[in-house]
Amino acid sequence: MSIAAKDVEHVANLARLTLTDDEKEQFTGQLNAILKYAEKLNELDTAGVEPTSHVLPLSNVMREDAPKASLPIEKVLRNAPEAEDDQFKVPAVLE
Amino acid sequence: MSLFNLRLSEVHDRLHHRDLSVQELVEASVARISETDTKIGAFLTLNEEGALAQAKDMDASGAAERGLLYGLPAGVKDNIVTEGLRTTCASQFLSNYDPIYDATVVEKLKAAQSVTIGKLNMDEFAMGGSNENSSFQLTRNPWDTDRVPGGSSGGSAASVAAGQVYFSLGSDTGGSIRQPAAYCGIVGLKPTYGLVSRYGLVAFASSLDQIGPLTKNVEDSAYVLQAIAGHDKRDTTSANVEIPDYTAALTGDIKGLRIGVAKEYLGEGIDPQVKERVMEALKTFESLGAVWEEVSLPHTDYAIATYYLLASSEASSNLARFDGVRYGVRAEDPANLLDLYKKSRSEGFGPEVKRRIMLGTYALSSGYYDAYYKKAQQVRTLIKRDFDQAFERFDLIVGPTAPTTAFRIGEQVGDPLTMYLNDICTIPVSLAGVPAISVPCGLADGLPVGLQIIGKPFDESTVLRAAHAFEGMTEFHKLRPAL
Repeated sequence: MSIAAKDVEHVANLARLTLTDDEKEQFTGQLNAILKYAEKLNELDTAGVEPTSHVLPLSNVMREDAPKASLPIEKVLRNAPEAEDDQFKVPAVLE
Repeated sequence: MSLFNLRLSEVHDRLHHRDLSVQELVEASVARISETDTKIGAFLTLNEEGALAQAKDMDASGAAERGLLYGLPAGVKDNIVTEGLRTTCASQFLSNYDPIYDATVVEKLKAAQSVTIGKLNMDEFAMGGSNENSSFQLTRNPWDTDRVPGGSSGGSAASVAAGQVYFSLGSDTGGSIRQPAAYCGIVGLKPTYGLVSRYGLVAFASSLDQIGPLTKNVEDSAYVLQAIAGHDKRDTTSANVEIPDYTAALTGDIKGLRIGVAKEYLGEGIDPQVKERVMEALKTFESLGAVWEEVSLPHTDYAIATYYLLASSEASSNLARFDGVRYGVRAEDPANLLDLYKKSRSEGFGPEVKRRIMLGTYALSSGYYDAYYKKAQQVRTLIKRDFDQAFERFDLIVGPTAPTTAFRIGEQVGDPLTMYLNDICTIPVSLAGVPAISVPCGLADGLPVGLQIIGKPFDESTVLRAAHAFEGMTEFHKLRPAL
């Protein structure tokens, strides 16, 4: 399976990245090399092998559904690039 | 003798007898950083004022109850959040980020009464094997400043090797504590996945990331692990297991211990001198009464492909939170909200991070999920089974930490695949989630070689016991670079 520059552009869009022409060219070559290398996994027959997403058995951590104090707003907004009226400010979504 | 060449128990003894004050320790650390860091470049942020104030308070209070790490100057990798101390992950994206809380490990360091001197350089978001991917500066190997210190915890390893701090914390996803420890001639421990809380560690690949100590010797490693291990209900991946006394495990007695030597870690691509040092180490284990024989981990050859698909997929998901809205750097004059995300991310992330986000997004995208992501998860099962089967016969598995010694700066930058292949000996261990330590086992052409000792899940005691016994028979951990 090989990927072309237009695939790289599509993936960049999904990943919310804008690439320069140089980056597109570079990533197309590098990703092709890495994916080609990854195809060696197809040498293995994994039929019936359970996937391991995590080495530990995980379970949800539950707590009582009771109201608790939130973080103070000034702390929440301390690192905000832009804030107004105790809220994060972003460009208008609707014109 | 430098204060930082003393063992932890010796430092505590001198503090106890008032031959030494915490202020003297912290001043020694600050002086050493100012003397050497122009050459090494390990520190991104210094906490000189805060550390000195803390030291003075500790000396003045003369606390009778002393923590495990009382008074010891420590460095923390810059992907572990520290309240009020800038945490950047060595990324332009977080160049202005001041955390509003401490990571659990930082709380634990405070409870153990160590003194945080500052934050250490790394590969951006812990992605890399050489420390050349930092957005801010290059960290150099104290043994040869033309060479890399290893990555991604290169700053953490270099600072300990250069005698700037007493110990440091790093994070290991595919070898990022063990490999830089090997390149810098110090001890690096990756605990079992889940033993140390990841709360407050900026996530790269959540199913693999694990925090651990970098120290000058095994005894110190046991002390630091004792201080930071333990269940944390704020981390859903934290294991609820009993924490043994790791220092009590350091008996020096490894008679009858069964060691498997991973033959795939000593095959093609391994530097002959590295192999020789490992074989010499096995003779040392033999002289202590341990027995060893070759063992096969047959799926080793598939580990790197598996790792890069899984880690990149998890990274693409974890790094989606960096959008320029709630924290980090925001791009100027975006046309709309989508443009704000794209511009901020494109300007904020460096090339290695973008490459991995792209790879992960591709592997997770519709139509390719089964071929890449699911397949890699199935191969991860096979790799984990290799370890399960080997540990039915052996107490430990041993091999080199890295195939070569530290390479030259710039040598592999243009070829990511070759760079990834450097991690062949550490990645399978990470995929299986088991603990492993790297200890110095000699030099090759004047550069340190690391011996990797791998244990059963949550059996850090045996790993530390064997490493400590080896150290007791050798002088390699006492070698220091001339700076």
